[in-house]
Amino acid sequence: MLNIINLTKTFNPGTSYELRIFNDFNLHINKGECTGILGANGCGKTTLFNIISGVLRQEKGTVSLNGKIIDNLKENERARFIGRVHQNPSAGVSPSLTILENISLSDKKCQKFTLRKLINKQKIESYREILKTLDLGLENKLNTEVKYLSGGQRQSLSLLMATMNKPELLLLDEHTAALDPKTSRLVMEKTQELIKSYNITTMMISHNVRDAVKYSDRIIMLDKGEIILDVRSGQITEKELLNIYNSRNYGSPLQEAV
Amino acid sequence: MNTLILTSIEQGLIFSVLAIGVTITFKILDFADMSVEGTFPFGAFLFAKLISGGFSPLISTLLSFTFGTLAGLLTYTLNIKLRIKALLSGILTATMLYTINLRLNGKSNMGLFSYPSIYEGHEPVIVLILIILAVKMLMDAFLKTEVGYLLIATGDNETLVKSLGEDSNKYKLIGLMISNGLVALSGALMAQYQGFAEITMGTGIIVVGIASIIVGDTILRRNKLLKATTRAIMGALIYKFIGALAIDLGLAPTDLKAINAIIVIIFLTYNTFNPLKIKKADEYKVVEEAKC
Repeated sequence: MLNIINLTKTFNPGTSYELRIFNDFNLHINKGECTGILGANGCGKTTLFNIISGVLRQEKGTVSLNGKIIDNLKENERARFIGRVHQNPSAGVSPSLTILENISLSDKKCQKFTLRKLINKQKIESYREILKTLDLGLENKLNTEVKYLSGGQRQSLSLLMATMNKPELLLLDEHTAALDPKTSRLVMEKTQELIKSYNITTMMISHNVRDAVKYSDRIIMLDKGEIILDVRSGQITEKELLNIYNSRNYGSPLQEAV
Repeated sequence: MNTLILTSIEQGLIFSVLAIGVTITFKILDFADMSVEGTFPFGAFLFAKLISGGFSPLISTLLSFTFGTLAGLLTYTLNIKLRIKALLSGILTATMLYTINLRLNGKSNMGLFSYPSIYEGHEPVIVLILIILAVKMLMDAFLKTEVGYLLIATGDNETLVKSLGEDSNKYKLIGLMISNGLVALSGALMAQYQGFAEITMGTGIIVVGIASIIVGDTILRRNKLLKATTRAIMGALIYKFIGALAIDLGLAPTDLKAINAIIVIIFLTYNTFNPLKIKKADEYKVVEEAKC
């Protein structure tokens, strides 16, 4: 599915702030799996996502998806097969447009945008049906501007919009980190439903060890751009993961979650 | 008084084309495009060049719009391709246009009384209302299309536009070109109206555009159904009208710039004015006094 070979990335090359974040990094992600990615701040999780989705360019190495090398594709060209949900609930929506307008835009994702009217009245019912699956009552707020929604509602909508065209790879960048525990659980469960029903290959960054163990098929831990742990989620318990966290002085993220 | 009202309505209508143009960049795209200062006289001088070259007034006006869009292309190139900051890109475009405007006809002031204009044979106010209605309806229709919505989304959240598989820069280009085209059109309408094109007619014009947006946003601000274009037109008309009223009340025309600035200040203060806050402070005072 996703193959990263000999990836090297350096920030601020040639200056005194030079920081080599990846050095000959290799990673293979299997089709249909949900991979949880753990690690302290600055270990390269988000950089990895930025390289995969084309926001950043690597100096060396190749990224390929389903056997096709995607290194030369721009961020917007990669959007055809890569969906991404950000930590900030506002990053995946257009706040001054209504829910209906946002959904209509994402329904046209990666097709040709023309001078035809965006809102298709015949499709409103089907959008209502999709929104109903979120169980947040958004189907009755189609004409509400997204900026008036709560963070959880916005993030659920972003998730829906990112998965609407069934991407081959979904990147979740701490997408529940800005939400309260209850909403975070709801969004997480919704995520799992969507991933399972569309069978999307997923990479999920999380600081919540419990979520990682519960929802992923495979767990990877990064440290300074290297994989220090790579296990199937059944092979490790929450406690063992926490011990690794503690031994590396990351602090225990679970304490706050309990 | 009557002629003054009519004049201010006519000028307000001309400036509302400019205000719609400025709305696209400042309000929708969130792009502080200062090139307007050069594009407005650019439209006037383009019209002068074309009309003196033998084109009909209508063709000259439409071509002023078309060539005006090129100013947007220049700002886009500076900002996106050469990575110069948006504000500076606009100022550089305006500076360059200053020379281009002078070169266009070889002089800084060109009388147009001897040439025909689109107002000829009609009431200027009727012609202007028709033009503004056409511009407004086209603009409203455009903003309802797929491309139009992407333009709005680009100003809102570029990441989203990219995640939809589109290059957000393309929509900045579209917005800048339409905006500058409209501003040039406004300049061409003004040149015909006042009967001359002049190099200083763009000075401070950006204030008129922004003031129109602020005034338009302030009036009926709870009304959600009012479109951005309608607000821009109403804003331009009211802004011009208050200025005219002040002159009618006996202030000298030389005071106009100060009056305009004061209008903007009043509307901005009104927007940030919160009666609840004042009330609270008053209640507080009562409590404090009771304590004494």
